[in-house]
Amino acid sequence: MIYFIIRRLIMTVFLLLLVSMITFAIFFLVPRLAGQTAYQLAAQYVGRNPIPSEIKAVEIKLGLNAPLYLQYGRYVKGIVVGIHYNNGTDVSYCPFPCFGYSFRNDQPVWPQLISDAPVTLSIAVGAAVLWLLGGVSIGVLSALRRGSFFDRLSMGIALAGVSLPVFFTGLIALELFSYKWSIFPNVHYVGITSNPLLWARNLVLPWITLAFLYAALYARLTRAGMLETMGEDYIRTARAKGLAERKVVIKHGLRAALTPIVTIFGLDLGLLLGGAILTETTYSFPGLGQFTILAIQNQDLPEIMGVVMIASFFIVIANMVVDILYAVVDPRVRF
Amino acid sequence: MAALLEVSDLTIHFQTDDGLVRAVDGISFVLERGRTLGIVGESGSGKSVTSMGIMGLHQGTKARITGHIRLDGEDLVTASPARVRELRGSKMAMIFQDPLSSLHPYYTVGAQIIEAYRVHNKVSKKVARQHAIDLLGRVGIPQPQVRVDDFAHQFSGGMRQRAMIAMALSCDPELLIADEPTTALDVTVQAQILDLISDLQSEFGSAVIIITHDLGVVAELSDDILVMYAGRVAEYGAAADIFGRPDHPYTWGLLASMPRLDQDRTTRLVPIPGTPPSLIRVPPGCPFHPRCRYTELVSGNRCQTEVPPLREVVTPGHAAACHLTAEQRVRQWADLSAGKLPDDAGVPQAEAAGEPEAREPV
Repeated sequence: MIYFIIRRLIMTVFLLLLVSMITFAIFFLVPRLAGQTAYQLAAQYVGRNPIPSEIKAVEIKLGLNAPLYLQYGRYVKGIVVGIHYNNGTDVSYCPFPCFGYSFRNDQPVWPQLISDAPVTLSIAVGAAVLWLLGGVSIGVLSALRRGSFFDRLSMGIALAGVSLPVFFTGLIALELFSYKWSIFPNVHYVGITSNPLLWARNLVLPWITLAFLYAALYARLTRAGMLETMGEDYIRTARAKGLAERKVVIKHGLRAALTPIVTIFGLDLGLLLGGAILTETTYSFPGLGQFTILAIQNQDLPEIMGVVMIASFFIVIANMVVDILYAVVDPRVRF
Repeated sequence: MAALLEVSDLTIHFQTDDGLVRAVDGISFVLERGRTLGIVGESGSGKSVTSMGIMGLHQGTKARITGHIRLDGEDLVTASPARVRELRGSKMAMIFQDPLSSLHPYYTVGAQIIEAYRVHNKVSKKVARQHAIDLLGRVGIPQPQVRVDDFAHQFSGGMRQRAMIAMALSCDPELLIADEPTTALDVTVQAQILDLISDLQSEFGSAVIIITHDLGVVAELSDDILVMYAGRVAEYGAAADIFGRPDHPYTWGLLASMPRLDQDRTTRLVPIPGTPPSLIRVPPGCPFHPRCRYTELVSGNRCQTEVPPLREVVTPGHAAACHLTAEQRVRQWADLSAGKLPDDAGVPQAEAAGEPEAREPV
């Protein structure tokens, strides 16, 4: 088990290295291949109508003239230990983890990522709790009352939930609960540290919007899993012991049906931590998703690279956690 | 003393989209304490449905149960589900066919035995654990104090079934139902498991119902045998009578189709022609008549029109549901034992195989 974790951690590092290579290649190798010069690349870092000497200074500072493998080495070094930029006259230090400077405002990328991450974390984790509880319990009840009115109704709603995009349900929710009835007026992000109550109140709508989509998916998955496990022989054994039906369902049935749910839950959460793009945009929450959108709109290469690295980090880590959890959840799995 | 288990006129029907499935259609039997009853029949004859019915495991399904199941005088058919649940696992317990799929893959074997014990006994986990270890040792699991923490997949097939037996015996049940306990096991292990069941029976003094399609299994263990066909009792009596003087053509078929060590190897095995009937459309009259070689001997098409009652004809306490007279049965069984079929021809064989009602899918 411990060897497995170590092995997976090493793999994770390699995977992240690979991701960084690919993103680096897209942003630095491909323009070169297309004939862009270091001077043109450097021109992106300075404002409009720059004077050539400024561009030259940036070119030297970022080392854009150097061979690509050296540049990549500097890039990785910046992420791992931080890096000194030297443009001849003065030396600036970009501390670990350095993802470079934004084109837009010349600020280091990392602090911006870090300041936006709590927003995404708030949305993703809160919604995850909601959809897990809601989706799984609806799925279990549907499976137990298969064919009943409740089953048909909840599966119908689930179908709607899976089909309706977040920007639709989100806007409807805003219109109804924020503007029309003012239950959650003036939805905007407030940090949990500054006002926990307001933080929670303003997050209710994003949580519900995002959870609705996923809960629908999880309800269907749980229902299918429960229908399968409740027909297993060991459920009959549990009943033959004289266990109460509730215990049979939860301890024996749900326990077995939960394995695939745990798997996709980890992956979904990992994916979301990289930015709940649609939800954040719909509610104008300044999270990683919004950051990504803005970075792409501004063609801000260092920001895009930073976001890609962060998102892939979460996904790779989530994958690893899921694999480890698998062994905890299912004792038949050994590494 | 009253019998431990008294089943009378039990019917278990299932309403399905294709029609009413008469899985069990009016069976009765009596089981005394310390005795073993073997229920024999082909697949789909209603053996397992009967045992599940006794355990009250049809609850929540579409099963319609009528008749009486009296456990120690208490009618389980009319008892509340909560009461039946109380008895389940404590007063009556069950072992299933496939021990791997019958054990939960995510809990240790010990945890499952502990759970079974603690449902009905208010004891600490520690006490229950010791009890589980004792039980595993008693059913012949080596190093029970270590293996108690193993999962089912770490056990061999025979050990799994031993663990199932340990679980079933955890609350010292008065009635133990073993539903094809050896079907999924190697032949060598089968014998061990059967020995174990009979040892434990004499030790615990419980009554046992063994359900099987294997006559060899019941021959070894049973005091009484109930032969089921199409949800009804074909023949019921003491094991010695059933094997020594079987009274029903279906039982003859079962016995004649089985190879025997005490017979000349040149003796031909005689299969029962056709397939078991659909339980939705059970043939009218005697349910076995489409496959029976002896219908010619009964006058007036009674086999096709009249349901034969279960009657004691030849010996007391030994009943069969057949229209043949006592003399006919004695003579035909003697002939069959000698390898001789009626009319010495396969005429009913061909007819039976082509019988459309016998081929209806369930």
